[in-house]
Amino acid sequence: MRHILSILLENEAGALSRVVGLFSARAYNIDSLTVSTTEDPTLSRMTIVTHGSDEVIEQITKQLNKLIEVVKVIDLNESDHIEREMMLIKVRANGKDREEMKRMADIFRGRIIDVTEKTYTIELTGTSDKLNAFIEAIDRSVILETVRTGASGIGRGERILKI
Amino acid sequence: MQISGAEILVRSLQEEGVEFVFGYPGGAVLEIYDAIFRQQQFKHVLVRHEQAAVHAADAYSRSSNKVGVALVTSGPGATNAVTGIATAYMDSIPMVVISGQVSTPAIGMDAFQEVDMVGITRPCVKHNFLVKDINELAATIKKAFYIAASGRPGPVVVDIPKDVTQRLAEFHYPESVSIRSYVPVTRGHPGQIKKAVNLLAEAKRPYIYVGGGAVQGNASAEVTELVKMLGVPCTNTLMGLGAYPGQDQQFLGMLGMHGTYEANMAMQYCDVLIAVGARFDDRVISVPSHFLSQPKKIVHIDVDPSSIAKRVKVDVPIVGDVKHVLRDMIDLLKQTGQQVPPQNLANWWKQIEEWRSYNSLLYTPSNEFIKPQYVVQKLYEITGGDAIITSDVGQHQMWAAQYYPFKRPKQWLNSGGLGTMGFGLPAAIGAQLANPDAQVACITGEGSIQMNIQELSTAKQYHTPVKVIALNNRYLGMVRQWQEFFYGTRYSESYMDALPDFVKIAEAYGHVGIKVENPADVEPVLREAFSPALKERLVFLDFRTDQSENVFPMIQNGKGLDQMDLPPHMRDLQIAPFENNRDYGNMC
Repeated sequence: MRHILSILLENEAGALSRVVGLFSARAYNIDSLTVSTTEDPTLSRMTIVTHGSDEVIEQITKQLNKLIEVVKVIDLNESDHIEREMMLIKVRANGKDREEMKRMADIFRGRIIDVTEKTYTIELTGTSDKLNAFIEAIDRSVILETVRTGASGIGRGERILKI
Repeated sequence: MQISGAEILVRSLQEEGVEFVFGYPGGAVLEIYDAIFRQQQFKHVLVRHEQAAVHAADAYSRSSNKVGVALVTSGPGATNAVTGIATAYMDSIPMVVISGQVSTPAIGMDAFQEVDMVGITRPCVKHNFLVKDINELAATIKKAFYIAASGRPGPVVVDIPKDVTQRLAEFHYPESVSIRSYVPVTRGHPGQIKKAVNLLAEAKRPYIYVGGGAVQGNASAEVTELVKMLGVPCTNTLMGLGAYPGQDQQFLGMLGMHGTYEANMAMQYCDVLIAVGARFDDRVISVPSHFLSQPKKIVHIDVDPSSIAKRVKVDVPIVGDVKHVLRDMIDLLKQTGQQVPPQNLANWWKQIEEWRSYNSLLYTPSNEFIKPQYVVQKLYEITGGDAIITSDVGQHQMWAAQYYPFKRPKQWLNSGGLGTMGFGLPAAIGAQLANPDAQVACITGEGSIQMNIQELSTAKQYHTPVKVIALNNRYLGMVRQWQEFFYGTRYSESYMDALPDFVKIAEAYGHVGIKVENPADVEPVLREAFSPALKERLVFLDFRTDQSENVFPMIQNGKGLDQMDLPPHMRDLQIAPFENNRDYGNMC
């Protein structure tokens, strides 16, 4: 099953490689990983999307907690949460495709952020599923490139990950 | 007053009360060695290979309650240390390894003797640091010692660039350390402890399984008290040997791949299992599904939450320092007066005594060939069971574990997790320095000893009169055993054709060497080696042992605890399968 883990860790050189190294050393999966400094510059917050059985997810959580620089780990799946991913997708926008791409971007509440004679670059935000759905919905042959941030997640309401 | 980084390091080690630093100099650590030269507080032990420095520091720690310290230079010095670091990591040994690094501007430039030590050791350390700022050096050393020794212990690497050792700064050693992201648990949850006690009070076939965590956690007294007050059987893992006294009637011997018949059968057929600082390792329970096919309730006490429910799901996890948790369990038992129902216990012991009566460690004595088991038994007799024993890895290691019933914790030092050949001799040196008055013997084989034989030179320099007990069967014995069993006796590269004359080697290094070929000579030669006349000497005993001897019992890969390959004398016995509700007749 897919799980989305939120990790608060010390903003120190090498902390990221410890986390990534742990996943490869113990043969866990990383579907996506995103990390950046928080409002407290001494802390980074990482979101990892992974999948595995309940036992594997439990081990991942414990092993992450064991890393000295990891301050806190929560499995967002355990309760209500919101997740968002951002994608920049560059598409061919020629002739009749041009109208169609504009319409599709609007339907998915995307924004066209760069325009040339032959291309659009669309910014799209949503759950990973929504981004996948957009890719499915348009003609594959018009896609020139895509770049995705990976999912970021946060608990709903009063559920707060902080020290 | 400002002092150099090297002096700050030395002062920090002094503050930590370090007695010995095991190391080897080189370019990146010259400044540190100069600072060591100018101080008298701790001693430096010059090994002959960096791997040995780490093993010696490791065994110094294993045989005491202190953190071992090793010091190596950058590049090859650092990579040579890695095997030793991984060895300590697998066995949770507290250690601080200081490695030199090229100067900070040279990092990443593929400089001479540069290696990414922090990167290389990341998967095999509890934590590691690269100190780029001299002002953080003292605090980093403080943290390193704290992290190494607290919680589940382990090695910590501190990588120090040369320019950091040369720069100047004020020295302030922090009095205490607190790391917000690292807060080890000590006390177990009272509710869980209560559940564990309740399970015991209803147990039919209780069993206590004790691992290295009880040794490292100094919980031997608590283990012994609990086992005694409950009257239940107890087993130790390879790493746990000595945590419960090996000669006691309630001790069933070591369990696992080469465990005794009774220890393994009890593990398979117990109904309430208390695991204390042990981790259901593949060499202990073999296949988890087979182990769990016999229903049992499992209580797992461990300081490391990630050890719990890793290979085996448990019913009552208790995270905490085993010493504290066991103390709380004992107190609760005393308070409530709960005990294992006596009738159940009596039946269980009848079954166990039946298993024990087969004497699975029996071997066929010989007047012609020296039996390795016999050498270990005689060693036990002659040392009064009091020696600190180190071992290498292979058949000799298992025979040492089986035939030397350790009396106390920290008496048996071996590389259980990583299985590092070459551990034994440097470990013996480290243990002797930590315990100058103890008898220290290294049980080894002719294969393993050659992986760090250069340390005979270190032993000479530092007057560590350890006794090397080489069980020399001219084979890489455990490899040969597997080839005999599983590879149609095709002994691929397991025979050593050009062995050196170990007596001459010992003598060349300035020690005493004795070759023993006749079984009748085993006892007198051992007596001589441990006699007052040779008390101050390292004695290398080259026992030419029976080449065909195998280690039994043995659990093959993929088999369960109750599916052991048995020693020859047990193979024709009609052993009744375990029955859950067997009538054991009248109790005595």
